[in-house]
Amino acid sequence: MAGTAAGGARWNPLAPYLLLAPGVLWLVVFFVVPIATLAHTSISGQGVPWWDGYARSFSAYGSFLLRSFRFSLFATVVALLLGYPLAYVMAFRAGRFKNFLLGLVILPFFTTFLVRTFAWKTILNDGGPIVGLLVWLHLLPQDGRLLNTNWAVIGGLTYNFLPFMILPIYVSLEKIDRRLTEAAQDLYSGPGRAFRKVVFPLSLPGVFAGSLLTFIPASGDFINAELLGSPNQRMVGTVIQNQFLQVHDYPLAAALSFVLMTIISIAVIAYARVLGTEELA
Amino acid sequence: MNRGRWRGWVLDASGALVLLYLFLPIFVIVLYSFNRPEGRFNFVWKSFSLDAWRDPFRFAPLVDAMKLSLKVASISTAVATIFGTMIALALCRYKFRGSGAVGLLLVLPLTTPEVVLGSSLLSLFLDLNAHMGFTTIVIAHIMFSVSYVALTVRARIRGFDWTLEEAAMDLGATPWRVIRKVTLPLIAPGIVAAAMLSFALSLDDFVITLFNSGSDVTYPLYVYGARRAAYPPQINVLATTILVMSLLLLGVTVLWQQRRLRQALVTPGP
Repeated sequence: MAGTAAGGARWNPLAPYLLLAPGVLWLVVFFVVPIATLAHTSISGQGVPWWDGYARSFSAYGSFLLRSFRFSLFATVVALLLGYPLAYVMAFRAGRFKNFLLGLVILPFFTTFLVRTFAWKTILNDGGPIVGLLVWLHLLPQDGRLLNTNWAVIGGLTYNFLPFMILPIYVSLEKIDRRLTEAAQDLYSGPGRAFRKVVFPLSLPGVFAGSLLTFIPASGDFINAELLGSPNQRMVGTVIQNQFLQVHDYPLAAALSFVLMTIISIAVIAYARVLGTEELA
Repeated sequence: MNRGRWRGWVLDASGALVLLYLFLPIFVIVLYSFNRPEGRFNFVWKSFSLDAWRDPFRFAPLVDAMKLSLKVASISTAVATIFGTMIALALCRYKFRGSGAVGLLLVLPLTTPEVVLGSSLLSLFLDLNAHMGFTTIVIAHIMFSVSYVALTVRARIRGFDWTLEEAAMDLGATPWRVIRKVTLPLIAPGIVAAAMLSFALSLDDFVITLFNSGSDVTYPLYVYGARRAAYPPQINVLATTILVMSLLLLGVTVLWQQRRLRQALVTPGP
């Protein structure tokens, strides 16, 4: 009878733990333990020093890591530049079409990720309408192509994770009190400064969450690089996948996974410091 | 004034362009389901045809892959929805030590690249000498779905009036009856939304599945393999069908929730 503070005061004090047990156990066994196994695999090379996998990660595959982070950073910035205006329009200017626009933004999720990326292959194909238009505008040389270029891969990454950028920004803009923006308009005598001084700072948590939800999956992605790029665009995900599933060099593959995860964590912490927000979403 | 209107026009136009960008591949997927491609790869438009729609099940491996995906999605959604809902209930209903850690445990899988999730699970299965296939795929899918379900249900039921349960118990209802008659109806919309999300994620997952599938082939894995052998328009037919079905399902759910809302307004009390 005594015990918990919230609604379930009269229930068994063990109740929350019993409710948690199956799901949390599942996450511990199939998420936490595997990360530990991965760490162990990464230092268990046969007949080499324990750090061999890590040394090779940087010496042989440093360029792949670098490219992955360059591409995903680029894609995140482009997604922010494209996503912010749309989120703004949805939150402040769409009126009764708000939910309809929201539906359009999540529409891509209803088609298979891989089929969508193959559709980009179709769109960017040599001799396709986009290449034709760019050649006609002299933005591409006569024999120019889009497939198998950095642009195609970055464009694909941007596309795939754009909804993850738009939705958190939209949520944070939507939460802003309208009276605040009106007061700011009066105070700063103009929408431009009101935006810079009030709206944008208040939307930073959304920008933060959206950037992470774009940057993290993009840096580990290899589908876009595989389908839209050539071997010159390969990212670190391809190497991890290849080493694990084809070459079976497990220590190297595990070390690469770990390096990827560590660099992402450091980047996330640094980014949180810069934006001054520690809160996720 | 003029400048403000101009600014608004630019904003709306750029928003529309971004929507177009989001929409373009979907349009292409639907369009190319009506293509009669030259050769084995459906990447270049040739001529309009209904062939693929008349014979959607022509490729047995594609049909088998789809069946496997539906089976995996059904089982993993059922399990993940139950586990995730239980976690959400525990987090919303009770104050207890360690709730912060549980919250973190839920967010971490979503902020870990899929390639790391897939490869770490594979290294566990390798250590255990597990047979890779249907079971390992389902285990993996439950793992990433539990987080999504728990966070979705929690977001929907935060701030509910749990005194309704107290009231039911004061009126003499047993705990089991309270759960069935009060708690579940209250949280049902959140659970339905979470289950739909979980099903869609499972049906769509490629990276984690690739690592843990052994020689079994799900629908996304089939599509991936198709880039080497043949990419028939039937793939587009199936993708379009999934799109239309999800839209219908979404429409039905929205209508159902609006009806519930109207009923709640008309007849006071549950």
